[in-house]
Amino acid sequence: MLYRTGPLILVFGTALLLIIAFFIPHKPFGDLEARFLNWYAIISGFTFLLGLDSLARHHLIKIVRREKGWFYSLLLVTSLFGTLFWGLYSWIRYASPFALNAPFMWLYKFMIIPLQATMFATLAFFIFSAAYRAFRVRNLAATLLLIAACMVMLGNVPIGSSIWAGISWLIHQIFPNTNLEILKRWELFAAAKDWLMAIPQAAAGRGIGIGLALGGIAMSLRIILGIERTYLSS
Amino acid sequence: MKPTFLPVWRTLASIDRRIIYLLLTIVVVLPLIIHPKIKVRVSEPVRAAFESIEKLPQNSVVMISIDFDPSSAPEVQPMLIAILRHCFKKNLKVILTGQLALGLPLGEIALNQVSGEYNKVYGRDYVNIGYRPGSTALMVGIGREIRDFFKTDYRGVPLDSFEFMRRVHNYHDIALLVTLAHGAVADAWIQYAGARFNQKIIVGCTGVNAPNMYQYLSAQQITGLIGGLQGASEYETLVEKPGAATLGMPAQSTAHALLIILLIIGNIGFILSKKKI
Repeated sequence: MLYRTGPLILVFGTALLLIIAFFIPHKPFGDLEARFLNWYAIISGFTFLLGLDSLARHHLIKIVRREKGWFYSLLLVTSLFGTLFWGLYSWIRYASPFALNAPFMWLYKFMIIPLQATMFATLAFFIFSAAYRAFRVRNLAATLLLIAACMVMLGNVPIGSSIWAGISWLIHQIFPNTNLEILKRWELFAAAKDWLMAIPQAAAGRGIGIGLALGGIAMSLRIILGIERTYLSS
Repeated sequence: MKPTFLPVWRTLASIDRRIIYLLLTIVVVLPLIIHPKIKVRVSEPVRAAFESIEKLPQNSVVMISIDFDPSSAPEVQPMLIAILRHCFKKNLKVILTGQLALGLPLGEIALNQVSGEYNKVYGRDYVNIGYRPGSTALMVGIGREIRDFFKTDYRGVPLDSFEFMRRVHNYHDIALLVTLAHGAVADAWIQYAGARFNQKIIVGCTGVNAPNMYQYLSAQQITGLIGGLQGASEYETLVEKPGAATLGMPAQSTAHALLIILLIIGNIGFILSKKKI
């Protein structure tokens, strides 16, 4: 009985105290909130250990059992503990692993930065190829999306301004009465991009944001009131 | 009657991805080798971010949070360097912190580079307080007392041993918070430090994240926005010190242009391949 109701009471009580502390930030609730925040920080620190344990255990088992891809697990475990070792060594020897002359910083500059940057840069190729295949004028909505995407892409880079300068010149040649300088300053692509980002895009984003917040509140209430109990594995 | 496909149009609509990869490589690498000169247009959100720092009186405290890691460094690191240059030029005091442990060394590298350019001294002009776990709890906690979470700097030196840090206790003492983020951390700073403690915030983020920030910008929950490599190059233009972002813009320009050309070709092929003969 207590196994089930105990955590529910604990969650309800803690949430109630935190809500009170938020609206009444005076003693004793204000101090209580500070204490809770410190506990939260400590607990979140320990989650790193939990992650380390889970990751190391999973891959060590794979290595011991010689499961498929065990060599990659070996690489992972070696890198993990190698990084940990150099981090601790740098901490003891240089007061911080982030000291510029520390061995950890060497590892960071010449391994972590290039590896992560390469991984992220590779995405550009896939996105590029996917965009080429996905942006097709199949219907009105897809066409509008394509036009908006092109406007944003052109408005976001200096080449957009150069293209617009060329178009302005062309318009001026066809209609000599138009003022070329005013046309150039109009910067159609950049102006369209600014408008698209600030108005339709932000409106949609705000709607999604409000929806997410309402969903978050609803889920929090379900957890506080004990309706949602999945965290108890029930 | 079934539509008849013309092979040429069909080819245009389905160019081999290896050709696309090759073209992309060429249009990105060539401008990086040639370094063509480009003129950067400064957008309003970036100008607003610049003005937020420009208007601060001397010795004001600016807290910069490194909320990105090396994967986003090519886009966000130039922003950090440009902002540090601006802060040091204006004689502002800088506190560096971060919500991603793996991002902080990037901050240390940038500080080391820029402080030398302006003869700034660690502890007198800037402090790196490092990383602490806690995320949103930490953001709320700083509103009460920064020492509850950061008793020392990243090397273990007590905060009170730095003169300007003795007057910094919470958000009231921080004139501006700059979050350089590649994920949802910027949202959290806005929601916790901004909404609850009225902290003035500017956001620098990757191009992918920038659209999510416009709603905060138009609601004036942030006072400026620097989005992606373009935003970084605009900020570099404003501080009159072109750097990595300005160097990278021609490559980004040509890549965007190539994609638009490919989209046009692909769509012409798509439309014509569907036409009945």
